[in-house]
Amino acid sequence: METVEQIRDRLLARFPAARISVVNNPAPAAQHSLLLGADHAVAIARFLRDDPELLLDQCSNVTGVDWPEKEIVGSVKSTVPDPAGGPPKVVEQKTTRLEPGRLEVVYHLYSIARRHGPVVLRLHTGDRTDAVTLPSLTPVWRSCEFQEREVFDLFGVVFSGHPDLRRILMWDAFKDHPMRKDYVEPDDYEWEPTPHGEVLAKAKEHYPAAPNARIAPGPGGANP
Amino acid sequence: MSHATPTIAPTAVPISDTERDELRRHGILLTGLEELYNWGRSHSVWPLNFGLACCAIEMIAASMAKFDIARFGSEVFRPSPRQADLLIVSGTVTKKMAPQVVRLWNQMPEPKYCIAMGACAISGGPFKQGYNVLKGIDRFIPVDIYIPGCPPRPEALLNGLVQLQEKIRGQKISGPDAPRHLRDDTDCNCAVPEFGEHDLEPPQNDAMFQPPPPLVRSAKT
Repeated sequence: METVEQIRDRLLARFPAARISVVNNPAPAAQHSLLLGADHAVAIARFLRDDPELLLDQCSNVTGVDWPEKEIVGSVKSTVPDPAGGPPKVVEQKTTRLEPGRLEVVYHLYSIARRHGPVVLRLHTGDRTDAVTLPSLTPVWRSCEFQEREVFDLFGVVFSGHPDLRRILMWDAFKDHPMRKDYVEPDDYEWEPTPHGEVLAKAKEHYPAAPNARIAPGPGGANP
Repeated sequence: MSHATPTIAPTAVPISDTERDELRRHGILLTGLEELYNWGRSHSVWPLNFGLACCAIEMIAASMAKFDIARFGSEVFRPSPRQADLLIVSGTVTKKMAPQVVRLWNQMPEPKYCIAMGACAISGGPFKQGYNVLKGIDRFIPVDIYIPGCPPRPEALLNGLVQLQEKIRGQKISGPDAPRHLRDDTDCNCAVPEFGEHDLEPPQNDAMFQPPPPLVRSAKT
C-alpha cells in the first residue's frame, strides 16, 4: 500500500483546494494518519473508496477524541550580547499559548479487495461547544452509521448528512455527552470496601474520615 | 408439619415431630395445607426467559443437560412474564435497561421471586463506577436471593434456587408474616423510573432501598 504521504500527495493533486495534512504517530506502531478539512471530506472519502489503487471499501472503526482547551508552555531562546565583551548570553523566555479545545473523529479504513490497511482519517471540529458539525461519511461507508451515532451520543459531534442521527447508547432525553473530559456523572457513589484512585477521592468526599481508620462496629455486631 | 387448628378439627391433639416421623415410616403421611401448598410451589418455580449479560450464559448452561435445572423443577423458562414466577436478573443492568426490567417485574403475576445473579445485578460489580450502570437491581425491585460471583457458576445458581425453594417452603399462608401476594395491605407493583436529563428519576426507589448509612469510623486501634 502507498504511504500516507503518497496518498496525501495524490489527494492534493486531485483536490487542490482541500486542507490535508499528515499527523505522525511517534509510537512504534507508526500508524500515521491524514487530517482532513471538513469541507472536502466526503469527496475525499469517496475518492479513497473508489480509487483502484486503494479501494478502501471498508470502514471498520469510527471513534471520537475530546481535546479540551489546554495551555501550551513553550520556550524561545535568544542570544543577548554581553556588554562586557564576553561570550553572548543565551536567554530563555517562556511563552504560553492557549490551544483551543476541539473534538476529533477518527476513521479506520481497510480494503478487503486489496487486503491492505488501515488508512486513518481524522476530522476536527471548530470547537467543543458551537461549531461541532462535521460531514457524515455514512453515505460513503454504510458501516459508519451506528458508529457515528455513538460518537454523536458520547462526544456530541453532529454529523450533517447522517440519515438517522439519534442517540444510540443513552436514552433520548439524556442531555450530557459522557465521554467528554468535562462530563460530570451523577453523584451516586456508594460505599465500597477497597476504594483506590479516583474512587478513593469520591470515597473521601462522601465519608470524610481518615481513610485508614477502622469502621466502628455497628449496632448489629462487628463489621471489620 | 402444620398443626391442625381448633376451628378445623376441634378434637385434634397436636402430635410431635417424632410421632409424625414414626407415622411416615409406616406409610401414613400427615401434612397441612401450608406445607403441601409450599411444597408444590417450591418445586415448580418457572423462571422468565430473560438474560442481560454474561451471567445469562451461565444461566443457560444451568438449564442444559449437564447441570440440568430440571432436577429442581425450574426447567420451564417462560418467554412471557405473565407465565413466570422467577425473575433471574442475570447481568449488568444499565440505566437505560432498568425501567424495562422493573416493567417486566410488574408484569409478572404474584407470587413472584427475584434472584440477583452475579456481582453486577447485586451492586454494579466491576462496572460500579460507570455512568450508565445501575448500582444494584435492589434499588428498584425487591430481591429474594443474591448470588455472588462474576459470573457465578451454574452450581451457584442451582444453590441459589435451592435457597429460594427453602424460602418458599418457609412462607406462611396467613397471618402477618404472610408473603405480599396473600396480603391486602401491600402493593405488589414497583415504581418504574423515568429517564431524566442526567440520570434515572428517581435514581432509586426510596421506599425500597436505603443506601448504606454514613459509616462511623473510629481511630485505628
